[in-house]
Amino acid sequence: MNFDHLRATFFEESAELLESAYAQLAALAEGRSDAETVHALFRAIHSIKGGGGAFGLDRMIGLAHVMETLLDRARDGLVTLDPDLLALLLRGTDALSDLLSAERVGEPAPEGLTEELIQQFHAVSAPSEPAPSPRTDEPQEAVGEGWRILFQPHAALFRNASEPLHLVRELRTLGPVKLSVDAGKLPSLDRMEPEDAYLGWNLTLEGAVPRLAVEEVFEFVADDCDLRIEPLAPAAKEKFELDERKSPSAVVQGDAVPALRSDANAPAPQSVRVDVSKIDRLVNLVGELVINQAMLMQVGSALPPDICPGLIGGLETLSQHLRELQEGVMAIRTQPVKSVFSRMPRLVRELSAQLGKEVRLVVTGEMTEIDKTVVEQLADPLTHLLRNALDHGIEPPEQRAAGGKPRQGTVHLSAEQRSGRIIIEMSDDGRGIDRARVLDRAKERGLVRQDAVLNDSEIDELIFLPGFSTAAAVSEVSGRGVGMDVVRRNIEALGGRIAVESRLGSGSRFVLSLPLTLAVLDGLVVSVGAQAYILPITSIVESLRPQKEQIHDVIGSGQVLAIRGAYIPLLPLHLRFAVPDAEPDPSRGIVVIVETDRAGRLGLIVDDLLGQQQVVVKSLEANYGPVDGVAGATILGDGRVALILDVPALGGIGPVRGASQTITIPSPQPPSH
Amino acid sequence: MAVDDSRTMREMVAFTLGKAGFEVLEAEDGQAALAVLRTSPVDVVITDLNMPKMDGVTLIRTLRADPKWRALPILMLTTESDASKKAEGKSAGATGWLVKPFDPAKLIDVVKRVAG
Repeated sequence: MNFDHLRATFFEESAELLESAYAQLAALAEGRSDAETVHALFRAIHSIKGGGGAFGLDRMIGLAHVMETLLDRARDGLVTLDPDLLALLLRGTDALSDLLSAERVGEPAPEGLTEELIQQFHAVSAPSEPAPSPRTDEPQEAVGEGWRILFQPHAALFRNASEPLHLVRELRTLGPVKLSVDAGKLPSLDRMEPEDAYLGWNLTLEGAVPRLAVEEVFEFVADDCDLRIEPLAPAAKEKFELDERKSPSAVVQGDAVPALRSDANAPAPQSVRVDVSKIDRLVNLVGELVINQAMLMQVGSALPPDICPGLIGGLETLSQHLRELQEGVMAIRTQPVKSVFSRMPRLVRELSAQLGKEVRLVVTGEMTEIDKTVVEQLADPLTHLLRNALDHGIEPPEQRAAGGKPRQGTVHLSAEQRSGRIIIEMSDDGRGIDRARVLDRAKERGLVRQDAVLNDSEIDELIFLPGFSTAAAVSEVSGRGVGMDVVRRNIEALGGRIAVESRLGSGSRFVLSLPLTLAVLDGLVVSVGAQAYILPITSIVESLRPQKEQIHDVIGSGQVLAIRGAYIPLLPLHLRFAVPDAEPDPSRGIVVIVETDRAGRLGLIVDDLLGQQQVVVKSLEANYGPVDGVAGATILGDGRVALILDVPALGGIGPVRGASQTITIPSPQPPSH
Repeated sequence: MAVDDSRTMREMVAFTLGKAGFEVLEAEDGQAALAVLRTSPVDVVITDLNMPKMDGVTLIRTLRADPKWRALPILMLTTESDASKKAEGKSAGATGWLVKPFDPAKLIDVVKRVAG
């Protein structure tokens, strides 16, 4: 462990604390708070302050301190957290978040804001309390030749587990110490209370030691003893008496007992922090086991059943346990989507203020768990979608009122697990997609032909095309071009898909479907010559054996497949990967139509479909090197290595150079399978 | 043993004392601290006061009420804003205290002062 590690811990923990602070603030704002809410909020701010102090983040401490003061008063019932105060606390939390992120990347934090906020907090939580002064070295008093110390402990000193011997030892670090015992108060044995204190010490400390250093040694016991510290030299200054007899109240047994009992009955949930790389190793090993088991299964099922009757049954049990093991290990990598969802309320507050709109964000299913990597990568696409919803979706309040809608727009953000995938939905009750305008725009941009006839969902899909931009709606908030193509690409990079449903006038709904984990993938196994390849199921549109008439040669661009009025460029995988002995004629092989980034829809020519299965993703980069068009590799049940194709990145290279996205043409041709 | 709900503070204490040759156990609240004490020998407890589940003052009271822990030195980590808390902790039986943010050298001194 080193200092950088501590810093990392601090920022990581502060982020969690801010998340918790936002959650408590939300609970307070929505009136579902209890006594613990303000306490938890106080603790979060308090801990951020404590950590910040260790790293000398003075502006942050100043702000956290005034927030804490207000919360402390709220805790004591001296102030009530009304919506105004909550808004101020939210702004304070936002500012803490800004200061922290600036500090994290080493940028200067925005000036002015903090100071202004601190003033506002002072104004609301009078009587004001001074902010903690930055640490200063205590002034060193002029010193003489040494000190005479009279030290007479009270019983309370021992009750607090103080040990006079340790104090003497510490004094010795300051200079030579002589001591004698003062047993003058020792009673006769029959009157002695075993738990009372009778002995005192007369100590002489020699050397030029500041008084403060001596006092510091007795700092903790000053209230629990008679202490006199006098200079040895006659040039004495004022006498110093620290002889206040304040005996501490006795320990109340009754208080402690229930606490002990509750501890015994309800053990705190335990957690362990583990390096992600360790978990990944485990995930990998389990992956190997799954592959191994599949191989054994294949060998086992090839044997005549009477050779070893128990074998298949045993293997099946093994496979069941392995699946559970795999799920268990994967679950370690998951975390609630809350960590990314919790950033959204702030965005809504800021954007709605900026846009002059009234928007309510409703979040559900935030405890849904998903792979940590996926959670981290979700922030950008979700932010983008939310910006779009507020900027383009939700109408200004007047317009909403005029249209018979409530002035306040609503954005729903939800997450749930559905059949092995995580479904994240973001819907708004805004104006919905104006399809006529989208289509005009797409035609203007040359994304579809002038005479194209598209159905509603096809038009909605246009917003995901690169280069699509409703210029009329360009604004500071969403920026140019909105970048829905980027959102789609991000989601697809996670093995997910995005779809949109919209009704003009009543809103839009974006549905993201994501895999639970990145380590296992649902794939279609295809054969090309003697090789097997895996195509991720999520990128496959359909597969078919085309008729000869559907295949057209295009000079300079290879072949295209005509299907339902569209021409789809064909990519023979055996040419792309130089596989010998493959079926060169698409009409005798299979065409798998996939969705790519670079070339829109693309028809991959393969020999045959071998089946659909879950495969464990192995990094090719780690074991060999990056290969364009290949996302990784896996080992099939028969022991063969199969490459997993990076479908979104296919196309654009190889024999279909220059292929562009699908052009939909109006004259439909009969579909053929 | 460092008892604090803030991981940063715990690691800070563990880091500082670790470098000075101490072995540091960690607990994130009073309840967790009691659990650690049940199984591991501890020479000194350094505890935050404001913690969920079981706060520092309750932890100190609980320990002092048990003859087994009566002589266990307990340091409380406080901030300037809770001066009254300090008095409360003291009367509950805390041996000493340290103001956050602490100076690493001071922490080592103070631990030596109460634990020898």
